[in-house]
Order: sequence, then structure tokens, then C-alpha cells
Amino acid sequence: MELLLALTIGTLYGASLYLLVQREVVRVVLGIALLSQAVNLLIFVAGGLREGAVPFIAEGAKVLAGGSTDPLPQALILTAIVISFGVLAFTLAMVHRAEQSTGTDDVDALKGTDRT
Amino acid sequence: MSAITWVLLTPLVTALACLFSLRSSGAQRFFAVGGMVVLLGAAWALMQEVAGGTVAVLRFGNWPAPFGIVMVADVLAAIMVLVSAIIGLAVVVYSLVDIDPGRQRHGYYAFLHFMMFGVCGAFLTGDIFNMFVWFEVMLISSFVLMSLGGERAQMEGAVKYVTLNLLSSSLFLAACGILYGQTGTLNMADLAVKARTFMSPELLTMTAMLFLAAFGLKAAIFPLFFWLPASYHTPPVAVSAVFAGLLTKVGVYALFRIFTLIFTHDVGFTHGLLLVLAGFTMATGVLGAMVQFDFRRLLSFHIVSQIGYMVLGLALFTPLAIAGAVFYVFHHIVVKANLFLVSGLANRFAGSFDLKKLGGFYAKAPLVALLFFIPAMSLGGVPPFSGFFAKLALVQAGLSGESRFGPWAPVFVAVALGVSLFTLFSMSKIWAEVFQKTAVGTDPRPAQVPWKDRVLLLGPVAALALLTLSIGFFPQYFFGFAERAAAQMLQPEIYIRAVLGPGV
Repeated sequence: MELLLALTIGTLYGASLYLLVQREVVRVVLGIALLSQAVNLLIFVAGGLREGAVPFIAEGAKVLAGGSTDPLPQALILTAIVISFGVLAFTLAMVHRAEQSTGTDDVDALKGTDRT
Repeated sequence: MSAITWVLLTPLVTALACLFSLRSSGAQRFFAVGGMVVLLGAAWALMQEVAGGTVAVLRFGNWPAPFGIVMVADVLAAIMVLVSAIIGLAVVVYSLVDIDPGRQRHGYYAFLHFMMFGVCGAFLTGDIFNMFVWFEVMLISSFVLMSLGGERAQMEGAVKYVTLNLLSSSLFLAACGILYGQTGTLNMADLAVKARTFMSPELLTMTAMLFLAAFGLKAAIFPLFFWLPASYHTPPVAVSAVFAGLLTKVGVYALFRIFTLIFTHDVGFTHGLLLVLAGFTMATGVLGAMVQFDFRRLLSFHIVSQIGYMVLGLALFTPLAIAGAVFYVFHHIVVKANLFLVSGLANRFAGSFDLKKLGGFYAKAPLVALLFFIPAMSLGGVPPFSGFFAKLALVQAGLSGESRFGPWAPVFVAVALGVSLFTLFSMSKIWAEVFQKTAVGTDPRPAQVPWKDRVLLLGPVAALALLTLSIGFFPQYFFGFAERAAAQMLQPEIYIRAVLGPGV
């Protein structure tokens, strides 16, 4: 399972980095979106994968039984998903506005302010 | 109740008050300025609380330390919060004239305060994942400030700024995930204890490099700085000034924090790498600035170069060097924000940021010339201004031979001194072009700006210049705080005990 997820993460990272170096600005944004998904999966795997061990404290016990799944990585991922969703929405709106005011979606053409 | 609560609540409540009074310009301005004044008071109270050497800790929900999120204020954090509040107040007063009604109606003041909320939170948090969240609060507000208005230049800058900052956030998050997977904790004090026992040195170094890339991008160190001079000169001056003063320094602060608290297992490698990066950052920044003729672009390249000095102090890793670096950070925040505000004065009085078109300010607006001269000389490191003492501490630390880099440290001191000379060259270039030569475009006409506006524009600039002067004339007082911060940073046990309790 770890191997399969590791390969998935690697593929996602590869795809997102490929998209990030594209000239079309929408592709760059898609690259960022993919990247955040790759990171979420990375946290999931790094936190440790266990099957079927629900992290509930048994009745009467004070601590979690050994071998349960750690719920915290999922809480982290949930936070990260919410943040990346908001940021992605903003980025798409910004890219749309940038395309309107500059008249191009080519990243290489956004050089108007770079001349010395 | 700890002042930490006030430092965090004030900008949040102010931002919400501004959001609810979007239609009323007067109410918004009142809340915006009032909020910054209260924040400054809270930051001052926090400084008083921790100046004696106690580390203030606020536990959310009163959960014991490694389980709940903690906010921690040591001297370093208190200094950063205080200087941020000072810059915030200066910029918000400047904004009263500089920000047009359109931007104001669309929530400029609200987002400025949301950004301050994120910045203060990032300085105070004691939890690495929580720091990521504060960074995002700060970033999303800064994205809005950067693109608010939607002018062509702004949008071009915003695309680069947003993309690269999001890339850096992803690296940061991935590094947090790996650290958690290996140690099972996110509390920074707990990490400082556990990272070394739970992680192999190689894996720990690898994680450190991920954090270095993430924070390096935010702090704009070599070779990750290219987004900064491509975007900082595009938004309104007030926004540029607060970005130039604060945002990159949040990255520097994060580097200070993790490379004194968590990643000190292999100082020879990690801090050696920081040392080399510091050298390149100083040199490339200043060389990039030499060919620039746009006021704010030139200053942006100097931000990069100055970041190098702060990282140099961290890399040398001796008490004097760290104290010098901390002193450098707060001197720099004041000076750099001020220089950006001066560039705004030039634009307001003569209608251009182009050094070739500007001119005649010394004859027509001598006060502006004086207000440029103070921070510019300070940036160049001329005594008796504040920058001189900041550089002196770093040079002494490098030459003392106490650092573990032996004969290499003086090499980087030499680079620092050379860069300082080039900085002075850049400042005299601005002086010659803007202040001495006769104007090629239009003459500066301060009188065209109503006197009330002039007071609001010049007031903050003069106040910051006065602060620069007082740092320069009473360096011992300010350096004392930096030394206390450095002493705490080099004895992580103090921080760890304050957070986790005396048993650790």
C-alpha cells in the first residue's frame, strides 16, 4: 500500500512540476492544485498507514490502545485541504483578472514591469 | 492575562470592524488607525512582560503543552511583534492619503489588519503546523493587498508573487508532514527534544533542507529571490512598504527559529550552507540593484542583499553574531519600510518612480531629501546611523574566530563589507539622480499636495527616521534586547522548559 501511494505521490509531484513550468498561466494554477494534493497524500503516508484500527478509546480505558491509526495526520490534511481550496479559488479569480488586464495568458509575456 | 492574547485579538477584531464598515470611509479609517495604536500598546506590554527573561506561554484551551497549540513569546518574538506594530502604524497613517477610495471600499484596511494578524501569529506560535496556518493567513491577505486595484503592472507582479509563495507553502507543508510522521509531534519545543532521538541525522538534515527551501523562498535568499524584485514594486507604495518591511522578515524569523531550536544537530553542514547562501544573497542582491533605475525596484534588490546579512549572522552561530542578526532585522525593517515610503513621496510630488526622470528634490523639497538621507545612510552602514552598529556586530562576530567556520568566516565578512560599499554606491546613485540633478521630467511640486495630506505622508516617514536616529545614537539600549534574544536562542532549554514544563 505504501509503495502504491508513494508512486502516486511521485507521479502527482512530477505532473504538477511539469505543469508549473508551462507558459500558459492556467496550467501553472493547475500545477499548484495538483501539488497541494500530492502534499496531502504525502502527509497521509508519512503519518503511517494501518488497516482497520479505529482510533477510539475503549470504554473504561484512559488511553488509546496500541496499534490504532493516528487521527492527527487526517486533521492536518483536512486543514490543508480547506486552506488550499480557498487559495485556489483566489488564484483562479486572480488569474482571470490578470488575463483581462494584461490581455495574455502567457507567463513569459508578463514582463511589462521587468524592464530596467 | 498575557499580552499575547491582546496582540492576536486586536488585529482580528480591527479587521472585522473594518469589514463591517466598508461603506463608511471615516469609520474604517478610525478603526484602522485605532487598531494599530492598540496593537502597538499590546506589543509594548508583551515586550515588558518578556524583557526580564521570562518566556510567556499561552496554551489554547488550557491543554498541556505537546497536545494543544501553544503561543510562545520569548524576547525574539516580542521584538518582532513590536517592530511589526511600529511599521503597521506608520504604514496605516501613510495609507490614509496613499490609498484611493476605491481600494478602501474593497477592504484595503481589513486585509492590512488580517495580514498583521497572520504576521503576529507567525511570530508567536510554538507549533510548526500552526505556523503554516499563520503563514497562509498572512499570504492570502498579502495576495489580496498585492492585487487589489487590478492594474496591469500589479497583476503581472501578483501572478509571480502568488505562484512562488504557494510553491513555498507546499514545501513547508510537506516538511511538516515528514517531521510529524517521524516524531509524532508538531510542538516546536517538543520537536527540539524528540527530533534528535527519533530521527536519524541524515533524515533530520533532509527535513531541514525542505524547511530551508520553504522559508528561503519566503525570505528571498539566493537562489530563490527572483520573485521579490519582480513584484514588490507593483502595488501602491503603502503596500510595498509594509511588504518590504515585514513579509520577508517573517521568513527570516522562521529560519532563526528552526535553525536555533530544532535543527542544530549538524551545525557544520546546515549553518555552513546558510553561510554560503548568505554570501551569495548579499552579493547577487546588490549587483542586481546596480543596473536598476526604478526607485522601488532598486530598493527591492537591496532587500534581497540585506536578507543576506541576517542569514550571515544566523550562520555564524555565535552569541554576538545572532545578536547582530536580530539587531539587523529590526534596524532593517524600520529603514527599508521608510525608504519605500520615501519613494512614494517622490512619486507623489513629482509623479514618477523613474530615477532618470526625477530630480531637483534637494532644491525644491529639502525635507524629503533629509528624510531620505537618514535611512539611506543607515542602510549603507555609515556611522552613527543604526546600520553601522548592525554591521559592526556581524563583522566583529565574523572576525573573532569564535565561529566554527574558522578561516572561512572572515571571507564572508569581506563579502559583507564589499556589499556594504556597493549599497552606499546605490544610495548615492539615488541621491545624485533624485535629489541633486535638475529634473528631466517635471519638477517636484510639494505644494500641489494639500498641507493636511503632506502632514499625513511626511509624519510616518519622519517618525521612522527619528527611530532610526535613536537606534543609531543609543545602540547599547537596543542591542541589549538583541543580546537577550540571542542568549535565549542559543540556550533552547529555556524555551523548551517554558513550554513543556520544568520536568524536561
